[in-house]
Amino acid sequence: MTTALKEWPLWEVFVRSKQGLEHKHCGSLHAADAAQALDMARDVYTRRQEGVSLWVVPSAAITASNPDEKGELFDPAADKIYRHPTFYEIPEEVGHM
Amino acid sequence: MNAATDYLLHLADNALVLGQRNAEWCGHGPILEEDIALSNVSLDLIGQARLLYQAVAAQKGGDCTEDRLAYFRDAGEFRNYTLLELPHHGPLSGYAQSNLDYGTTIVRNFLYSALMALLWEALEKSANADLAAIAAKSLKEVRYHLRHSRDWLVRLGDGTDESHARMQAALDHLFPYTQEFWAHSPAEAAAVEAGIGVDVQTLKADWDAIVDTALAEATLTRPAVGGYVTEGKKGLHSEHLGFLLAEMQSLARAHPNGAW
Repeated sequence: MTTALKEWPLWEVFVRSKQGLEHKHCGSLHAADAAQALDMARDVYTRRQEGVSLWVVPSAAITASNPDEKGELFDPAADKIYRHPTFYEIPEEVGHM
Repeated sequence: MNAATDYLLHLADNALVLGQRNAEWCGHGPILEEDIALSNVSLDLIGQARLLYQAVAAQKGGDCTEDRLAYFRDAGEFRNYTLLELPHHGPLSGYAQSNLDYGTTIVRNFLYSALMALLWEALEKSANADLAAIAAKSLKEVRYHLRHSRDWLVRLGDGTDESHARMQAALDHLFPYTQEFWAHSPAEAAAVEAGIGVDVQTLKADWDAIVDTALAEATLTRPAVGGYVTEGKKGLHSEHLGFLLAEMQSLARAHPNGAW
């Protein structure tokens, strides 16, 4: 016996655009189950020809980093420009990379 | 008028009237996502109506335009099924916006989409090239409308006691109107004769199968039909079409030839 929910669960929607290689997060919606979430994502997020493929994921399945820990997590990377591959000289023959 | 224009008008009026009815939910949907879904369905239907009216206007020539056909004909000139003009609630339950019943909306969209999924597919082979092209475009749209309404039919039918009772009541109310699908009109007979239209009787077995399978899944009982067969497609409408047209046409009639 399942208890009835007062509200439908939240789903995160990912859309792959025509040219795009990967699915990109574009928003969220409420739906009773995965199949319904897919149909609703079609209506809410692809009605202007945004996509050719859809994923929906229960929002509860996503583990997110804590915004309060932003400083210790991300700021230390700010002064390490040597981690960007911009200090290499690319031989002419390689052309555009 | 020839066989083609009468038949195209019947198809166009079906799409426009149901599109207008479903649009009444815009801003009033039970949830945001459904509000958008139903508006999408409406826009598909109004888009189909536009293409069909444009084809009729091209055949009739003169000063006939799609707007003239949609906004300057009166109820008696419309050729839609009576089913499609009914309000979103059962009989004798009032007219207020708050009386909109989503079960009625879903059941109607399901019964009509099940027919059109078959009819548009058959009309892809119409001898009228315009109609064959419109059918090909509309078929994709109506397959989604059927999927959407069937999904809700099953969810609500096989849902709570309350949702089940409301779906069964909507089905009991609307099902007798589907008899009109299968009764021939002169326009349809002429179109079939000319190779433009499809004999709807040939679609009935498939429609029955779609409906019966879905109703079984939804734990709903198919009502017995009988009695009066409505004749909207011959221009004899219920009292509801006049109110619908008044709302839909008033702006265009107040500002004839207005552009915005």
